[in-house]
Amino acid sequence: MSQAYTPGLTITPFAKLRKVRKLPIKGEVLVGIGEWVKPESVVARALLPGPAHIVKAGEILGVAGEDLERHLLKRVGDKVEENEVIASSTSFFGLSKKFVRSPIKGTIENISPITGNITIREEPKPLLLPAYVEGEVVEILPSEGVVIETKGAFLQGIFGVGGERWGKLRVVVSSPAEPIREIKEELKGCVIVGGTIDGEMLRRASEVGVKGVVVGGIYDEVLRDFLGYDIGVAITGQEDIPLTLIIMEGFGELPISQRAFNLFKRFDGFLASINGATQIRAGVMRPEIIIPHKEEMPAFEVKLMNQLLEGTRVRVIREPYFGLLGKVLALPPEPRILETGAKARVAEVLLDNGERVVVPRANLEIIID
Amino acid sequence: MAKAILAVDCGSTTTKAILFTDEGGWHLVSRGEAPTTVEAPFDNVMLGLYNAVRELEELTGREMLKGDSFLIPSTNGKGVDLFLATSSAGGGLQMLVMGVVKTMTAESAHRAALGAGAIVVDCIALDDGREDFQRIQRIREIRPDIILLAGGTDGGTITHVVSLAEMLSAAEPRARLGNLPIPVIYAGNKDAREEVKRILGDKFSVIITENIRPRLEIENLAPAREAIHELFLQHVMRQAPGYNFLMEATTHPIMSTPNAVGLMVQLLAKRLGGNVLAVDIGGATTDVFSVFSQTYNRTVSANLGMSYSICNVMVEATIPLIQRWLPFDVSPKEIRNSLRNKMIRPTTIPQTLKDLYIEQAVAREALRLALEHHKSLARSLVGVQRERTVGDLFVQTTGGETLINMSRVDMIIGSGGVLSHAPKRAQAALMMIDAFQPAGITYLAVDSIFMMPHLGVLSSVLPDVAEEIFWRDCVVPLGSLIAPMGTIREGEVAVSLEGKESLGEVRFGEVKVFPLKDEGEFLIKPHRALDLGEGKGREVVRKLKGGLVGLIVDCRGRPLQIPSQEEKRKEWLRRTYQAFSLPLPGEAR
Repeated sequence: MSQAYTPGLTITPFAKLRKVRKLPIKGEVLVGIGEWVKPESVVARALLPGPAHIVKAGEILGVAGEDLERHLLKRVGDKVEENEVIASSTSFFGLSKKFVRSPIKGTIENISPITGNITIREEPKPLLLPAYVEGEVVEILPSEGVVIETKGAFLQGIFGVGGERWGKLRVVVSSPAEPIREIKEELKGCVIVGGTIDGEMLRRASEVGVKGVVVGGIYDEVLRDFLGYDIGVAITGQEDIPLTLIIMEGFGELPISQRAFNLFKRFDGFLASINGATQIRAGVMRPEIIIPHKEEMPAFEVKLMNQLLEGTRVRVIREPYFGLLGKVLALPPEPRILETGAKARVAEVLLDNGERVVVPRANLEIIID
Repeated sequence: MAKAILAVDCGSTTTKAILFTDEGGWHLVSRGEAPTTVEAPFDNVMLGLYNAVRELEELTGREMLKGDSFLIPSTNGKGVDLFLATSSAGGGLQMLVMGVVKTMTAESAHRAALGAGAIVVDCIALDDGREDFQRIQRIREIRPDIILLAGGTDGGTITHVVSLAEMLSAAEPRARLGNLPIPVIYAGNKDAREEVKRILGDKFSVIITENIRPRLEIENLAPAREAIHELFLQHVMRQAPGYNFLMEATTHPIMSTPNAVGLMVQLLAKRLGGNVLAVDIGGATTDVFSVFSQTYNRTVSANLGMSYSICNVMVEATIPLIQRWLPFDVSPKEIRNSLRNKMIRPTTIPQTLKDLYIEQAVAREALRLALEHHKSLARSLVGVQRERTVGDLFVQTTGGETLINMSRVDMIIGSGGVLSHAPKRAQAALMMIDAFQPAGITYLAVDSIFMMPHLGVLSSVLPDVAEEIFWRDCVVPLGSLIAPMGTIREGEVAVSLEGKESLGEVRFGEVKVFPLKDEGEFLIKPHRALDLGEGKGREVVRKLKGGLVGLIVDCRGRPLQIPSQEEKRKEWLRRTYQAFSLPLPGEAR
């Protein structure tokens, strides 16, 4: 049986992966070299400076910035409680009193004699960085984070939404094209795999508490309804959604590739770490599925487009033969004129349905037998 | 004297290297291209650049590299005399701009940043409708390369601009590249300079320039633009992977890509003595450049493009507006999934006419939205009291009108894959006509292989050479467009046209294309209710240039009168496509 995958996207039963886990700002590393970590292990932490609030004290008291000084009850560097009075003024012989209160608990950072504004910063918030993958800490990045080495299966999808999550991998269909039709309560906390998924099943997965859904294809309307909005630019990973969704092949009714499906079946029940973050630009970032295991085996070699040869198994990734599989019959060196009138380098392909067609090489993916 | 010039543009996706030589006249020799390597795993812009130059070496047979060194100057047909570069790699120059009043200092700061080739990630103003904490939160989230802070007129109150500085200090944004403090260009009230330095000096690298609005009625953008350009080279470029090598390798300073295109557009407008509109529609962004009444403006619509951003066009324009340009049936579901698949596999190309026309329909909407964006920023100063003449008595304007008048544009140049590489030149012409709806008489052209950036940077060194190559190899003339303004009954004679002989009439609702390769003088007579720019019913005698498409007479109305009834709309589109001799899906070609 042949398997399809997108050039540049990796689908391998075994790879040695190094995950750099870095804090967004400097902090403290909590693990040592050689330590074995689980996805949920906290490997580093940092204190994120709290957000600042600006209080228009001069305006509230009705005094100019330069006169604010004599109304202040607190100074730069002082700690304040929420609702604590930080400045006040009296007028009409003490009959009228005005107060400026701190809207938050924090520290006074700046008092401006020009604007009469007081800047108060919230207390720093701890940020805990999880390991995300199970593996061994092999490098410490002082004050920044760690590098974790893990060995296992590694698969990249073509598009995803939702960030880092982990759970037990469960294949819930029996063939790559089969849609997910049922999600039982026992799948709570799991990463489930199926051919396709509709809106109802996505809602059900969220209700049950499924951590991740991996499918071959999905209709764009289903994704829009699930997110509640249309994705504009292809930069994802930060969505506020209850599960991470990874699409392996594309939009529409596309089965998961046989190769990927076989891998998922083989590691059914294993712990998987997944991330839907996608960025389709220079420096492409694709969603990933990491399934750590201890079985040593040769890593799968990735073939690239320039290795397209006569006899190569391919899949068409654009209309009019979108999604169909076939075999390259010939690679004419001269560009051909397409139906559009454009000139392009093409391949002659014998589709599995027996049809002989011409397809621009840019619209083909190599399939590994 | 230079005999060979190598110019490269390091784009966000591809690096394009072009060789120009002087063989009794300057001309384009060839072009090589390779993926840009500014991000992981390569992290060095030079790798992609070497690949592009090596491809150029293979294509031209001219050796330009020895190992990793460029052969400069040229000797015995080897090497080059000038090596120039432009760049928008790594997402270009990303800026945050801040001003006190949204439609005044903030808008001037916005224009200064755009004119200097930046992508403006946000424009903060004290009247932008957000609360202080929301502004601070937003500033914390974005990671700009440079911040431009403006506000207040010289001698006026400093309170507001100082409060902006305080906000910036409270937010403490982090730089996108590297760990150095973010440069803040202060171009506001000069009386606040010391205070701004005091507030921001510890956290940022503060650069002081002249006030962008020294008086309400004066906009002084040049000093801020120069400061941005200088910082782009000194600060942002040096942080980008491999740029130090590139800066050492080039014979002249690197320029940002949009800045270089802008230079070329300005040079062209100066030479033509007219109004010019240029557009570059890419995979991620669409840039619009204009020179109207000698005023140069440039905008970038950061999320309107034909691959990475194609679905954002779908979201912003909506599917019905994309569908309205398609002369055949296609369901919204099909459009959605097809655009999504283009987004995730951006290097695929349309194989069928139907697929091509869906992309071209999206391009029309991306161009239309980018022009709307441009019009909203290229406008006269707001809040300025003006002397009025008797003629203005009944015209109530308070400033802020757009400078872009589509009945006064003399030339439109289109650039970017979907326009430059459209299988038929008539498709490029029709996309621009439908999207921009120029009125009156306009000359249309496309950039042959996207070399405006290369020529722009060349124009900063050898302007005459850049211009010579521009007319010889860059501009592909499409032809002149005659489009009367106004509406009459469909089927009535809208325009009659006489050249050396009578060309005939064009009825309202129709578009006709007459063959015209070179230049000819024409008498154009509009219907008494229609206007060609000289007044209703006024005849125009004009020398008109032809091109690969010809002389286009578009009497479909301005604004375009698109039939609302579905079948009529498709029929209307089919007639339009046929007028341009464009094939329709399912027809024998």
